[in-house]
Amino acid sequence: MSSTLTGQRGKRMALAACLPVLFVLTWEVLGRFDLLIAGLIPMPSAVLRAWWVWIAGAGGLSLNPYSGTWGANLWFSLQRVGEGYLLAIVLGIPLGVFIGWSRLAAQVVDPSIQWLRPIPITAWLPFSIALFGINEFGAIFLITLGAFYPIVVNTTQGARDVDKNLVRAARMMGAGGWALLRRVILPAALPSVFTGLRIGLGIAWTAVIVAEMVAVKSGLGYVLWDAYYVGRMDVVIADMVSIGLMGYISDRLVVFVESRLLTWRRLQSY
Amino acid sequence: MSSSAIEIAGVTKVYPGDNPVTALENIDLSIADGEFAALLGPSGCGKSTLLNLLAGFETVTSGKLQVYGAPVTAPGPQRAVVFQEAALFPWLNVWENVVFGPKVQGLAPEKYEAKARETLKLVGLENFAKHLPVQLSGGMRQRVGIARVLVMEPTLLLMDEPFGALDAQTRLTMQQLLLDVWEGLKKTVVFVTHDIDEAILLADTIYVMSARPGRIATRIPVEVPRPRNLDTLTDVHFNEMKKRIMHEMRADQH
Ligand SMILES: Nc1ncnc2c1ncn2[C@@H]1O[C@H](COP(=O)(O)OP(=O)(O)OP(=O)(O)O)[C@@H](O)[C@H]1O
Ligand SMILES: [Mg+2]
Repeated sequence: MSSTLTGQRGKRMALAACLPVLFVLTWEVLGRFDLLIAGLIPMPSAVLRAWWVWIAGAGGLSLNPYSGTWGANLWFSLQRVGEGYLLAIVLGIPLGVFIGWSRLAAQVVDPSIQWLRPIPITAWLPFSIALFGINEFGAIFLITLGAFYPIVVNTTQGARDVDKNLVRAARMMGAGGWALLRRVILPAALPSVFTGLRIGLGIAWTAVIVAEMVAVKSGLGYVLWDAYYVGRMDVVIADMVSIGLMGYISDRLVVFVESRLLTWRRLQSY
Repeated sequence: MSSSAIEIAGVTKVYPGDNPVTALENIDLSIADGEFAALLGPSGCGKSTLLNLLAGFETVTSGKLQVYGAPVTAPGPQRAVVFQEAALFPWLNVWENVVFGPKVQGLAPEKYEAKARETLKLVGLENFAKHLPVQLSGGMRQRVGIARVLVMEPTLLLMDEPFGALDAQTRLTMQQLLLDVWEGLKKTVVFVTHDIDEAILLADTIYVMSARPGRIATRIPVEVPRPRNLDTLTDVHFNEMKKRIMHEMRADQH
């Protein structure tokens, strides 16, 4: 039985891989026949080579910024996303639960959030640089801001939609105030919270790239723009793929935590 | 005179809004300590409203409503509620659902664990402690709903059509279970139903309600001897009672 399961899984993966493989092959073949715009679009093999040098090349004293610096830049970006995202979670979830639960809090706080939300994070860039200068804080500010909205909005919704009878049952059994929020409202809102967490993570990656392009001098976003300026399109593409990969892996991580915390939800949908 | 558990005098409940609804109008009701009372009536007559007032989920618009001599201001573990759809916490397993009450009340585990185990056994779920509510049948979920309130040793048990969503067979099993449990505890119970058979089988007294506005139409003591069981349903006393109640309900409609 488990062998048919792995068989199915293999088939699914093969189906999912066929388009990307076809795409990369066509791209490579076009390149071999000189059908790509010369100097603008490098072949996949060239991208891979550049990527390899970027990852494992002799860095240190060499003057080439695209040799052996991948790990360090990746780490910068990861750290920023991690810090900004964490801050957004720490602010967004409690605030969302509170707004969803208290009508007064909703009336006071919710309108402001709705007014500020339409301002895209990119529009905050100049303000953020003016406020924090060219350094970490500007980047983290943007990431936090971007991830905060979907987290707080979805948490609010989840907390607001909690089954009325569950709240009644809890109050009947003696839960009030804090116990009610922590033991009933939060767990009941969790599926919705995770929706917000996943959207927020995507925005956090967008924000880190934008911030690094403009407001700091390190990280995958900085390299992306810098490599473009010096005409290193192979590095640009390797960078793009790196960002996509990181976004994908971090999303899978959130999904993993979600599946761990929400076993009851998964069973419910059978 | 036996002391009364519930004292309701001139209670009116209006749900405010653009079209205010008078769910209950000028209700008087007195339920004795240890009495099993059934509220029987058609849909919309205010049975749930009355129960929610007793539970403290809603507040009266006017009138006096007291439980054991004190006005009801908020829900609390002394007035335990069993809901129609069980209303279990889906993220907690059976055991965690059952000990939820004592736990949030801050009791030490050694104070309630033995009692909780005993109660789970009483409702026949001792082997399902680790199951999540979604893994249980409707009847089993309702057993958990009953167990989690019995653990709190409430003085008053409020049940709003607790078996209304179950199939006929399971329903009979649950009625038998409730009879057994109640014979052992003799707690005051207010049981909402629109099933005449169920009311007669379980209750000491049936309060028949009429709709629009909600009122208590008649009070009918059930003269069927205890202990009762499912055989009671085919008993002569039972059929006489049923005939009488149906007669009164029909008379009430004119
Ligand atoms: N929260 C509410 N807001 C406004 N009106 C309500 C509310 N709850 C109940 N009502 C109205 O009050 C009346 C009595 O409702 P209630 O739920 O108490 O009836 P019921 O006897 O329990 O009916 P059923 O047998 O269908 O459960 C109905 O007309 C209903 O529409
Ligand atoms: Mg009802």
